Amino acid sequence: MFPVQPLPILNVEDLHLHYGDMKALDGVTLEAKTGELTFLIGPSGSGKSSLLRCCNRLEDPSSGRILVDGEDITQRNINLNRIRRGIGMVFQSFNLYPHMTAKGNVTLALRKVLGKSRKEAEEIGLAQLERVGLVDRADHYPNQLSGGQQQRVAIARALALEPKIMLFDEPTSALDPELVGEVLKVMRQLKEDGMTMVVVSHEMRFAKSAADHVVFMAEGKIVEAGPPAQIFDAPRAERTRAFLQEAHH
Amino acid sequence: MTRSERFIDTFFKYDVMQQYWPDILKGLFVTCQIAVLVVVCGLALGLCLAILRSYRFRLVNLCIIVFIDLLRALPPLVLILILYFGLPNVGVSLSGYVVLWLVLTLVLAAFAEEIFWAGILSVPQGQWQAARSTGMSYFKTLIYVVLPQAIRMTIAPLTNRTIAITKNTALGMVIGVGELLNQATTAQSFAGNATPLMMATIAYLILFIPVVYAGRRIEQAYAWRKR
Amino acid sequence: MEQFLFQFFNLDIMVQAWPIMLRGFGMTLLLCAVVIPMGLAGGLLVAIASTAPQRWIRWPTAVLVDLFRAVPPLALLIFISAGLPFAGIRLSPFTAVCLSFLLNNSAYYGEIYRAGIDSIGTGQTEAARSTGLNSLQAMAYVVLPQAVRNVLPDLVSNTIEVVKLTSLASVVAFAELLYSADMARSITYNASPIVMAAGFYLVLLWPAVRLASRLERKLST
Repeated sequence: MFPVQPLPILNVEDLHLHYGDMKALDGVTLEAKTGELTFLIGPSGSGKSSLLRCCNRLEDPSSGRILVDGEDITQRNINLNRIRRGIGMVFQSFNLYPHMTAKGNVTLALRKVLGKSRKEAEEIGLAQLERVGLVDRADHYPNQLSGGQQQRVAIARALALEPKIMLFDEPTSALDPELVGEVLKVMRQLKEDGMTMVVVSHEMRFAKSAADHVVFMAEGKIVEAGPPAQIFDAPRAERTRAFLQEAHH
Repeated sequence: MTRSERFIDTFFKYDVMQQYWPDILKGLFVTCQIAVLVVVCGLALGLCLAILRSYRFRLVNLCIIVFIDLLRALPPLVLILILYFGLPNVGVSLSGYVVLWLVLTLVLAAFAEEIFWAGILSVPQGQWQAARSTGMSYFKTLIYVVLPQAIRMTIAPLTNRTIAITKNTALGMVIGVGELLNQATTAQSFAGNATPLMMATIAYLILFIPVVYAGRRIEQAYAWRKR
Repeated sequence: MEQFLFQFFNLDIMVQAWPIMLRGFGMTLLLCAVVIPMGLAGGLLVAIASTAPQRWIRWPTAVLVDLFRAVPPLALLIFISAGLPFAGIRLSPFTAVCLSFLLNNSAYYGEIYRAGIDSIGTGQTEAARSTGLNSLQAMAYVVLPQAVRNVLPDLVSNTIEVVKLTSLASVVAFAELLYSADMARSITYNASPIVMAAGFYLVLLWPAVRLASRLERKLST
């Protein structure tokens, strides 16, 4: 038997994103293999979130390519809705639909995008809520849930579409400190289940223990990338060192 | 005759009531009919325009804005007179009933569009992004995620505006639509007595007080959203 | 097309009707100048009465407000100008219009002020009272100025409605803009004078409508 070589599922090639004169992304190249957790760190305004949003085409990059499972999603005529189904996204502010229950949030796209029956959608939805430990809250509305629970529902909502890759945009930044743990626990579980993940976050301890790759960005560029041990314990670039020192305070 | 007898004789004369209540009832029926048609068509058209506007085609939106401004700036009675007296001379003859319905529907649509549009704008951008990130199309996002939230925020102002415009059915009197006020003024001139007007007033109260009251309750229930 | 222009935009007829239209427009402005301040003042009284601590003031006010909100303005106007004479109360068209507008508009303006007053927390009143102002002073100097600012868009758009409502005066033969236009129409058998009246209303109200929707947007974001 040959050892199975993980395939790159996400390739970002020389990505640029300009707003007028401002360069939010200035030539970013990145690769993530199946089942890997890539962790993006950097000061605010460094382009981490822009990069994530480009990967879901919530932003349109000015130039460069993004390949997901070999398919270029930056092509102009691509069916965005089909692409987005395969890329789960979790937002800093949860963005749960306030007029729907947890179950309603998780099943909406299953029913309206994939056209599944209510019964089928609920089966999948409840299974995903189970996965994030909230199946007993299925009939609660977002305003009846804590921030941590809301974010876990949001993760279940993304998982329900069986994405090939999950993007997390500062998933714990809006949470009270005591609620951060439950969200990270779910993310760790996902990683163990083999999900490919790209995470923007400030939770350095989580990065150290769970990430396969850590990417340090500044001013729209990747300054340094490598395994967590390298970035956190022996950073090569001066900027990385300065940033991490700042972050520890 | 004492003062109170005279008052009753002027505004609550029994014979007059007995003679004219079928007419008043007929008028009330016509008023209700037009009101329901105006509310249904006006709100539906307003919602469609708001949806159309959310696609942000520049030329279309310019047309919508001009349409709304015109109907907000012009008194409905002016529009009614233009259509009712002007159109027959260019070969389009509409009955008073249709003119009244058409004008009030357009006016309600204009106001409703503004309110729906404000509601759509007030839904946070994150809701759009979350829905689009699960692969929902723009239209589906609008229908299943944005509008249910937007409409909730618009219920109070919409109710008030709808009541105000529905009351304009009384303008039908001017162009001979057989609605409540018209029946009452006709009856009043035949009877030589103000009782039919009082009957119409009471009929309006019975018709609109529950709606006004419901509007107030809805406003209170949703007031917290504004803050 | 020619027929359409002839019927709705007939220049000859418009020139002919100009003097009478101008007089009508003047009367409309006069009417506005009387009924708007009256409504604003009446509404203020209604608002203060409907937020009064005493129940016996609050309740009757609420009932009256609902009554006048439920009756169509035209029905109220007809009742006053055509119904009251039977009871021996004869009012000139101008007075009848003013009275019915006072009753109707006070209810509407009153509701708007009240919403504004409700939007100011009780903390403001308490703070003002704690510095020794009496309740009326607290209302006048502290609460109302903030309340009015909060409901300014509603006040503006209601005032637009009031200006439009003055066209109802034409029904009781008060010679304002629309009445003059309709006179000219019935003499010339041509709708151009009414289109012209629409033009006058647009000149008067379009800027106000733009202002109102800008104010609404500003406050909602």
